[in-house]
Amino acid sequence: AGKSKVDDEVLDNLEEVLVSSDVGVNTTLKVIERIEERVSKDKYLGTDELNQILREEIAGLLSETNTGEETEYTIPDLPPQSDGTKTPYVLMVVGVNGVGKTTTIGKLAYQFKKKGLNVVLGAADTFRAAAIDQLQVWADRVDVPLVKQAMGSDPASVAFDTLKSAVAQDADVVIIDTAGRLHNKINLMNELTKVKRVMQKVVTDAPHDVLLVLDGSTGQNAFEQAKQFTAATEVTSLAVTKLDGTAKGGVVIGISDQFKIPVKYIGVGEGIEDLQVFNKFEFVDSFFK
Amino acid sequence: MFNNLSDKLDKALHVLKGHGSITEVNVAETLKEVRRALLDADVNFKIAKQFTTTVKEKALGQDVLTTLQPGQLMVKIVKDELTELMGGDAEGINLSGTPSVILMSGLQGSGKTTFSGKLANYLKNKKTKKPLLVACDVYRPAAIDQLHVVGEQIGVEVYSDKGNTDPVAIAQAGIAHAKANGHNVVIIDTAGRLAVDEAMMTEISNIHAAIKPQETLFVVDSMTGQDAVNTAKAFNDVLNFDGVILTKLDGDTRGGAAISIKSVVNKPIKFIGTGEKMEAIDVFYPSRMADRILGM
Ligand SMILES: Nc1nc2c(ncn2[C@@H]2O[C@H](COP(=O)(O)OP(=O)(O)OP(=O)(O)O)[C@@H](O)[C@H]2O)c(=O)[nH]1
Ligand SMILES: Nc1nc2c(ncn2[C@@H]2O[C@H](COP(=O)(O)OP(=O)(O)OP(=O)(O)O)[C@@H](O)[C@H]2O)c(=O)[nH]1
Ligand SMILES: [K+]
Ligand SMILES: [Mg+2]
Ligand SMILES: [Mg+2]
Repeated sequence: AGKSKVDDEVLDNLEEVLVSSDVGVNTTLKVIERIEERVSKDKYLGTDELNQILREEIAGLLSETNTGEETEYTIPDLPPQSDGTKTPYVLMVVGVNGVGKTTTIGKLAYQFKKKGLNVVLGAADTFRAAAIDQLQVWADRVDVPLVKQAMGSDPASVAFDTLKSAVAQDADVVIIDTAGRLHNKINLMNELTKVKRVMQKVVTDAPHDVLLVLDGSTGQNAFEQAKQFTAATEVTSLAVTKLDGTAKGGVVIGISDQFKIPVKYIGVGEGIEDLQVFNKFEFVDSFFK
Repeated sequence: MFNNLSDKLDKALHVLKGHGSITEVNVAETLKEVRRALLDADVNFKIAKQFTTTVKEKALGQDVLTTLQPGQLMVKIVKDELTELMGGDAEGINLSGTPSVILMSGLQGSGKTTFSGKLANYLKNKKTKKPLLVACDVYRPAAIDQLHVVGEQIGVEVYSDKGNTDPVAIAQAGIAHAKANGHNVVIIDTAGRLAVDEAMMTEISNIHAAIKPQETLFVVDSMTGQDAVNTAKAFNDVLNFDGVILTKLDGDTRGGAAISIKSVVNKPIKFIGTGEKMEAIDVFYPSRMADRILGM
């Protein structure tokens, strides 16, 4: 009787909304269980209250890693390197093919530059056709330097050069683009580990952030992506792209919860301004629109 | 943890057998596992529901529960049903035109440009055609360069007009160029676009109307989740496309989007992409895809 207003129909609808937003069955059941628990305690719930509870519970899954209060493109202050030179904040961007890594780098560079930071980009995707030209267009748009080598050269060597150059010019931020790769390709994943290792020869604690880019229209495979990229590079943050379409990107809720990685940014278009700092409440609300 | 449907069904049916007598409730439990497996594989929510209803009817019709190995029969019914859903008559690419014009369409990053190259390479080598690639993505940074690099890799000419911002005009000029230079296939690469972007959907609709392609292909990333149905339907409403290309199947995605798309638009899945290299193209086999979705 305590569940008088949260009947099976309501929960079924909720299940449909969440699964249809790519939240996945596991996480959906987790959310529903939590709601059922709360509902059995606090009786008599109206739809408004239920919606509020739902919002809280989903946001709860994201909360350990996402405070929801961040609104700025910030980078932490880093202590200088042992030789006294300035330590650039090194951001390495990884992900499977076509998710939006290069575009997100362009948008991020723009945001950092707008804050008055000196940004250097590194074109360590030396494989994909015209990947270097694509990043060059972004570097020109934002008006930041790009370090590159010829197509087919060693990505680790490009990353090394980029960090050297960044340190030499007292840069604040370095963003390294990498080639898209599917997480089940062991050699390519090892290559990424090597890129990371080689950077540490220049800046000992680099990279300071490994950003895994996930396509917002990806389904449950994103879990495996998070798992394998974390294994290879210790991913420290997530970006979800292409949320300007009808896809909801709900899979990141379970990923963020399970791997304890915060979602930092969302991509909402192809333009230079189309990047937002992640807000968990707005994100959850979008499932119901 | 149970990684694949056989295991899950065996478990459900094991429970079922332990009950001594078989009831509707037990069947429901088994079907729940089927549905769960489909959802884990990214089959659309509504389609998974519909599918389990069909499977239930078939299962009851075949007296699954009175056979010695109900689990195996159940898996067979599910697999056959999936295969049939994704199958139909295998249709190749329509190459009847002079030249035959093939138009690519799809979301951003789905693999259109790469697949344009793969298809040109395939038609050149396997069907002794003389293809022309036409670069109609005037938006993505270095999209035209990308197609040129691809064309160079496979030894296929690329028509482009840097600075021209009208994809309809470029497509038409490309076809004229093909005619003048003895190309018998023209593959038109287009920009990625979201189905909700009205201006961009109108643009591709205009390209389509202007060049009247023999073949319009919808290129979709096999890792796509629940949104596959919306996108496929929206592109089909505008283009009434002829076939679907599923890319990035060299990954470990289960690829349930294949079922969702087929159910919604009922267009054949013609080719799959299995890698970044130009040779990584294969025809689509429904039965293999069914195994994959079921994790078998
Ligand atoms: N609508 C939309 N499109 C996006 C967004 N982010 C990226 N894109 C588009 O997605 C496509 C792929 O983006 P890229 O930045 O090249 O992706 P990538 O991960 O670098 O790709 P690879 O290097 O080939 O693995 C391009 O057409 C981008 O314009 C977004 O937030 N919204
Ligand atoms: N592993 C793998 N990668 C693929 C496959 N097909 C395409 N790719 C990769 O996916 C990424 C995107 O491919 P593109 O061909 O640029 O995609 P697109 O649809 O033309 O992208 P936009 O023009 O930005 O909309 C690139 O990194 C390709 O190398 C495939 O079958 N397997
Ligand atoms: K969206
Ligand atoms: Mg890239
Ligand atoms: Mg393209």
